[in-house]
Amino acid sequence: MEILENLALGFSVALSPYTLMLAIVGCFLGTIIGALPGLGPSNGVAILIPLTFTLGLDATSALVLMTAVYYGAMYGGRISSILLNIPGDEPALMTTLDGYPMAKSGRAGDALVISGVASFVGAFLSTIGLMLLAPMLARVAYLFGPAEYFALYLLAFCTLGGMASNNQAKAAIASCIGLGIAMIGVDNNSGMPRLTGGNLHLMDGIDFLVAIVGLFAIAEVFFFIESHGKGSAIGVKLGKVKIPWPEIMSTKWTMLRASGVGFIAGILPGAGASLGSFLAYMSEKSFAGDKAGFGTGVAKGIAAPEAGNNAAAGGALVPMLTLGVPGSGTTAVLLALLMTLNITPGPTLFTDRPEVVWGLIASLLIANIVLLLMNVPMVKIFVRVLQVPAWVLLPGVTMISFVGIYSLSGSYFDLLLMVAFGVLGYVLRKLDVPTVPVILGILLGGNMEDALRRAMVLSDGDATYLFSTPIAIGLWLAAIAGFVAPMFLRSVLKKPQRVTD
Amino acid sequence: MASDRIFGLVVLMAALAYIASATQIQTSFLADPVGPKTFPILVGTVAAISSLVMIFRPDPDPEWPDKFTFGALFFAMLVLIAYAYALKPLGFIIPTAITAGILSYQISPRIKPAALSGVGLSIGLFILFKFALGLGLIAFPKFLVG
Repeated sequence: MEILENLALGFSVALSPYTLMLAIVGCFLGTIIGALPGLGPSNGVAILIPLTFTLGLDATSALVLMTAVYYGAMYGGRISSILLNIPGDEPALMTTLDGYPMAKSGRAGDALVISGVASFVGAFLSTIGLMLLAPMLARVAYLFGPAEYFALYLLAFCTLGGMASNNQAKAAIASCIGLGIAMIGVDNNSGMPRLTGGNLHLMDGIDFLVAIVGLFAIAEVFFFIESHGKGSAIGVKLGKVKIPWPEIMSTKWTMLRASGVGFIAGILPGAGASLGSFLAYMSEKSFAGDKAGFGTGVAKGIAAPEAGNNAAAGGALVPMLTLGVPGSGTTAVLLALLMTLNITPGPTLFTDRPEVVWGLIASLLIANIVLLLMNVPMVKIFVRVLQVPAWVLLPGVTMISFVGIYSLSGSYFDLLLMVAFGVLGYVLRKLDVPTVPVILGILLGGNMEDALRRAMVLSDGDATYLFSTPIAIGLWLAAIAGFVAPMFLRSVLKKPQRVTD
Repeated sequence: MASDRIFGLVVLMAALAYIASATQIQTSFLADPVGPKTFPILVGTVAAISSLVMIFRPDPDPEWPDKFTFGALFFAMLVLIAYAYALKPLGFIIPTAITAGILSYQISPRIKPAALSGVGLSIGLFILFKFALGLGLIAFPKFLVG
């Protein structure tokens, strides 16, 4: 019954009119951000972080607003996938496989409603899963010492590198770039500057927000300049939106199964929503067999990836809140938000600041209902947003990024760094080097090194201490498996190609 | 092939330079067993090994843009750098209108919509930031307003 008490506390925070308003605003903004092609959840949340900071919101309100944006972006991603065949973000890629064919056959409205309901089911179930699992995991997390944390961070980098990219070496390089950048600045233990090259601006280190906004938002502008904003016109007309009840009912088991698969994929540190939607789609496809016609625009093919994707989004919050290790790119950005707000995620968060955790969970439940209401009857409003041309949108995003970063420190140096990260992001993405490990490295580098050094202080320099407990050994094995196994599974896990006209 | 090899080489050089500068980090008398050097050296080593893998087992080349587009990208970068320097001394509205206009023109090369979106974004965002979000932005430089 502890959960109910905690939930009551959460709802008392989340149902205050101000917080409720923030959740609704967040949902609205988030859906727009998710729907706009080229502006996914990571981008959107990253750009908004400095702005929430300047709004002077307290920790709970800021967290409620941003997680509402996060969930909203997960919902919104399906709109451009279905209507334009352009995934708003990576996890929405799987939704294009059946969503676009269905929209082309004149059933765009049905596709949007089915995917909206599937999103709701996935997100709702995974929020409940989060509620049940997170406090348990938080208790286990008390057993984690520095050696376990070091192994856990390693696991996050390995699984992220192994699963989310096509080339392990490139993922490892990306992680090293991030970790290397995290080392810049004054060393916490000795108080000596490291790797600053004598530059005074670098003494404080490089702010992760600068890197995130540069890598995600500024790099996007370069991509749009390269492609001249092609493919941003409306692809499929949306007729009257009705609710196809029989089809929704026919996909109920698919939604449930996909939510389970997605939730588990989301919990794996570093794997995240892309893996969730992918596994959900593929397992349903093989479960239904060839006759079901996956890939031609069937309801199950839309419901599965959307439920999986949104369930993974909730699942990814579990390791982020209990261990401080994000499960996806966007939760990495949310972790950045927590750090900016001076909240340290981890087991102590659940005991020391229950109002933050449970307020967050309660507002996720509320956000979910708001999102369902917004995304089914009001979907036409968001479809109109898609008509904003790229030549207004992208300059706008750039300017907002500049002002956001400028408002952090008021220094031109951060802006220059942001542009540099934008160029880096462009080159990395061109070369198929994933950028999420870079962010993760910058975010976690300091903690990872601290964990290693603390472990070595405890053991007086004995390296075998890192493998001294069963939990640590398990994490090491999982890390190695997560990094090596995808090399052999590559042919099995091959991502399906996008539908082309 | 070539792009991955070049990138691998750049990473290798950077990693070696990183390791070299990590060995120069001063240790204080309060040193722990690991010290401030080990982790950066470890990171540099992993990067160096991965870059060797990239050099010897490169992926197929991505589709690079043509020379003209490269020029446009380079120009966009210069504009953004100039904007970073201009934002403080020249106020918000003028540099933003120019930068947003140029970026808009680069995405879709039509002068009138680009100019309109530059001016519109600049004024619209200024109002949003200044009055809705309460950021302390300066609209125009001092020498214009007097």
